[in-house]
Amino acid sequence: MTATYKKRTDGRAFDEPRPMEAKLGVVPRADGSAMFKAGKSVAIAAVHGPRQLNPAFMRNPKKGVLRVNYNMMAFSGSGERVRPGPSRRSKEINLVIEKAFAPVVDLSEVPNTAVDVYIELLQTDAGTRCAAINATALALADAGISMKDIISAMAMGKVHDKICVDLTKEEEDMEAVDIPVAMMGNSGKVTLLQMDGIISREEIKEILKKAREATLKVKEVQEKAIREKYGGQNE
Amino acid sequence: MGLLVSEKDIVIPGQIIADGMDYLPAMNTYRGENNIISTRVGLIRVVGRSIKVIPLSGRYIPKAGDTVIGRITAMSTASWFVDIGYASEAGISLKDATSEFIERGADLSQYFDFDELVVAKITNVTKTRLIDLTVKGPGLRKLVGGRIVKITSTKVPRVIGKQGSMISVIKNATNTRIIVGQNGWVWISGESPEEIQRAADAIQMIEREAHTEGLTDKVEKFLGGKKNDSNIQEEN
Repeated sequence: MTATYKKRTDGRAFDEPRPMEAKLGVVPRADGSAMFKAGKSVAIAAVHGPRQLNPAFMRNPKKGVLRVNYNMMAFSGSGERVRPGPSRRSKEINLVIEKAFAPVVDLSEVPNTAVDVYIELLQTDAGTRCAAINATALALADAGISMKDIISAMAMGKVHDKICVDLTKEEEDMEAVDIPVAMMGNSGKVTLLQMDGIISREEIKEILKKAREATLKVKEVQEKAIREKYGGQNE
Repeated sequence: MGLLVSEKDIVIPGQIIADGMDYLPAMNTYRGENNIISTRVGLIRVVGRSIKVIPLSGRYIPKAGDTVIGRITAMSTASWFVDIGYASEAGISLKDATSEFIERGADLSQYFDFDELVVAKITNVTKTRLIDLTVKGPGLRKLVGGRIVKITSTKVPRVIGKQGSMISVIKNATNTRIIVGQNGWVWISGESPEEIQRAADAIQMIEREAHTEGLTDKVEKFLGGKKNDSNIQEEN
């Protein structure tokens, strides 16, 4: 890596996330739903349940099961049509999102049931699994699912020689390492950490430090969205 | 130190409600390292030293003692299965269904048939959420006719009102009979379909505006206004 990255392609500061937007209750027929937008990436999450879990062998008599279904819409990409249906990649993302929420979601009150999360990506410009996690956290809160903490995620990474927050697809396609991070709001404990690329020990420490700052910014947006829907109910 | 929010404040999951050990975590809260944290979106209620969060959203979770409305979905040789809007079905055993003598091999559909509605009380909920219902008791019975309106179970107290004030307003204004189940199923029956529709509209309005004040007045206006003139659109 010889080149240095002087200025980000969209003019942002290196530790500045894209403009974020969140809204609850976008899918009225679901038990809980939310939209989360980070720049051009838009995710919608809908939560159904706790509801009956079939096939019965998947049931857990001790607690409910959280099931995540991530899907990129055919028209969501910036170039080629995205091939619809499940893929190796979406299966991986379902798994890591389920694991990201496992430490905070408490389904012990609803044994033998399923809580299904359906995530649709309407438009994608990198950082979709993080947008999906942020939308899911809001949708679960909207559905009244018991959670110990809010989960916020941010697509961290390194472009050429610079550590960046919230990479776009354009940046990801340069010589880049992308590291999605999800953290708990209060403790900053990491619930998702993936890496595509090679990076040094010092740099990963730096990235985690910056991820904490960035996820707190995400949390602010999430909190505002919840209060927008439920605020004013005490007047 | 102490309480960080006040009574009736809105809290979100993960929000720190109180610092230190002065308070005790109750419903929908837990103790963190040295604080109390909410797990649901809801309203703060402080009773003595215990803090609880009254949830504002979420599906109905059955608990013993609740009176619910359900629909018969299946029958076996000794029991009925009832959909009460929860993930698993509730059961009515023969002895809880009727005080009549049931002969061996009798046709159970003469007591409750498929798709019939019952208002029943939950007698027991096991750890794995097997639900037992009884139809024996005051006010518990099969419901004939009428229609069902489903609302969020967290809004049921608003629909009933203080000592049933809200529900009596609707009943009197529309001349209907209404039963509200704790699971959010509301049964409305009356002479004219128009009156039933008005009662259903009023209940759905309460669900929508459950968080506002002076709701009883609004409902009175809503029901009174619709009878006389059609300017109801502006009032909402």
